[in-house]
Amino acid sequence: MSRITKEQVKHVANLARLEMDEAEVEKFTTQLDDIISMAEQLNELDTENVEPTTHVLDLKNVLRKDKAQPWLSREEALKNAPDHANGQVKVPSIFE
Amino acid sequence: MFDKSISELHSLLHKKELSVSELVQSSFDRINTVDDKVKAFMTLNEEGAMQAAKALDGKLGTEEARGLLFGLPVGVKDNIVTKGLRTTASSQLLGNFEPLHNATVVERLNAAETITVGKLNMDEFAMGSSNENSGFYSTRNPWNTDYVPGGSSGGSAASVAAGEVFFSLGSDTGGSIRQPAAFCGVVGLKPTYGLVSRFGLIAFASSLDQIGPITNTVEDNAYLLQSIAGYDKMDSTSANVDLPDYLSSLTGDVKGLRIAVPKEYLAEGVDEDVKNNVLQALKKLEELGASWEEVSLPHSKYAVATYYLLSSSEASANLARFDGVRYGVRAEAENLLDLYKKTRSEGFGDEVKRRIMLGTFALSSGYYDAYYKKAQKVRTLIKNDFEKVFEDYDVIIGPTTPTPAFKVGEKIDNPLTMYANDILTIPVNLAGVPAISVPCGLSNGLPVGLQIIGKHFDERTVYRVAHAFEQATDHHKAKPEL
Repeated sequence: MSRITKEQVKHVANLARLEMDEAEVEKFTTQLDDIISMAEQLNELDTENVEPTTHVLDLKNVLRKDKAQPWLSREEALKNAPDHANGQVKVPSIFE
Repeated sequence: MFDKSISELHSLLHKKELSVSELVQSSFDRINTVDDKVKAFMTLNEEGAMQAAKALDGKLGTEEARGLLFGLPVGVKDNIVTKGLRTTASSQLLGNFEPLHNATVVERLNAAETITVGKLNMDEFAMGSSNENSGFYSTRNPWNTDYVPGGSSGGSAASVAAGEVFFSLGSDTGGSIRQPAAFCGVVGLKPTYGLVSRFGLIAFASSLDQIGPITNTVEDNAYLLQSIAGYDKMDSTSANVDLPDYLSSLTGDVKGLRIAVPKEYLAEGVDEDVKNNVLQALKKLEELGASWEEVSLPHSKYAVATYYLLSSSEASANLARFDGVRYGVRAEAENLLDLYKKTRSEGFGDEVKRRIMLGTFALSSGYYDAYYKKAQKVRTLIKNDFEKVFEDYDVIIGPTTPTPAFKVGEKIDNPLTMYANDILTIPVNLAGVPAISVPCGLSNGLPVGLQIIGKHFDERTVYRVAHAFEQATDHHKAKPEL
C-alpha cells in the first residue's frame, strides 16, 4: 500500500516553499514512499522507555552576555543582496 | 613534488631550497594539467594565492616562518565560507555568493599561514555520496575517471589524490570525508562532534556535521587537525576541552591494543575484496602486537533509516534560509511567496529537494512522533551500542565502505542504493565519535579504505593505530597515474 499520496507531496512541497509540476509530484511521491517504507523499519524496535538523543555531547545551556559587538556594516551586509534600496533589502510586493 | 609530506616541505622551505611562490605555483601548474579530467575545483584563487605567497617569501628564514604549515597550499571544501572568495556549496542557488567573513577553520589556517589555492567541488549542500549531485559538474576519481570520487567531499579527496594540493578540508555528516577518502586512496578524519568549530560551515545537519582534514599521510592529518581543532565561542556546540598533542601519539606502538570488529561490518553486502583487505589489515595489526575480537553493534542495520530521517529534518530547517532575499541567485517573481518558491525550485537540485521534502514531512504535524522522534530514540540505541563496545575495547575497526568506488551513473537514479553506500560510516556520526579512513590496498585498481573508530575525544588512539598500520605497510605510497 502506498504510504504517501500525491496530495501529501503537494502539501509538503508548499510547506517547504517548493514548486513542482505534475511529473515531479509523481516522481517524488514514488521516491518518498520508498524512503518512508525504509524508515518504517524502525517500528520493529521497542523504544517505549528510550530517551531521544538530540545531541551527542552533554552540553547544558550555552549562554553569553547579551552585549552588542562589532560585526558587518550595513553596506557590507547588503553586498550579496539581489536587490536593495535606501539601505534595505528590497523584495516584490507582499500584498496582492 | 606532490608525494612530499608536510614536514619535508617545511624543511625545504626552511632551508630556502624552495620558495613559497614556487610551491604555490607548482600547485596551480598541477591543477592546470589535471583538473580538466578530475574537476576537483569549483573556484580558483590564483591571484590572491600568488600575492599571499610572495608576501610570505619575505618571511622565509626568519622566526615568523617557523610554523609547520607556513606557506603550504591548501584546498577548502566549498561549503566552508571564505571571505571574498566565491563559496557556492556547489549549488546554483549560491552561484554568485561571496562570503563576508571567514569560517573559524579558515581563520585558523590563515593564522598558521597556509595559502588557500581554491574551493573544492562537492555534492550540493553536502548531500550525496558520489559528487554527481554537484549543481555544476561532477568530480571524477583520479584512479579511474569513469568512476566517482565519492562524496560529498569528493573534490577534497580527489584534489589530494591527484596531487593538486597536499591537503584539504572536508566536512562529514554521514561519511562525507571518510567515504571519498576511501574511494580516492587518501587519509580522511571525521573528528569527534564538537572538536572542530562549525562556525562558517554552511549547515546541512547541525547535530551531525563536522569539519575534518584530508591528507596523504596520518602524520599530515594530525598536523592539520592540531591547527584547526579547539574551542570556539562562535559555535555553541563547540566542546570546551583541552586540546591534546596529536603528534606525540604517533609512536608506532600498538602492543596490547584491544580491537573490536563488528560482525555487522563484514556481513552480507560487503564486497569480498574489501573484506579480505580488512582481514589482512587486522592480521598486520596482530603482528604488531594488537589483538582483535568479533563484537556486535546490533542496531547498525537501523542506522541508514535513522540518519536519513534526522539529517533531512535538520536540513529542511537549515535550508529554509535560502529564499533569495538577502543573498544568492534570485528568480524573477510577481510577489514574495512566488519569489521564495521560484528561487528555491530553480536553485536547488533534485537530491536537495528530496531531502527537504523528506525532512519537512517527518517534522510536519501528525508525523513528528512517528518519524522524527522515533529516529531520535533509535539514535540513542545506536550510540549505546558504541558505548558498550568501548567499555572493553580501545578501537573499533572495519571497512569504510562496503565496496570500492562505483561507476559514474551507476547509482544516481536510485536514491536508496546510493544511501546504502554509507551504511558503515553513518553510525559514527550518529554516535558522535571520531573515525579515520586510511588506505589498505587496491581492488581492481581502485583503493579500499580501512575505518578506525575511537572513543569520544580519543583522536590520539585513532591516529596511533592508523599511523602504526600505515608505517608497517606500503598502501599509502600507491598513487594514481593521471
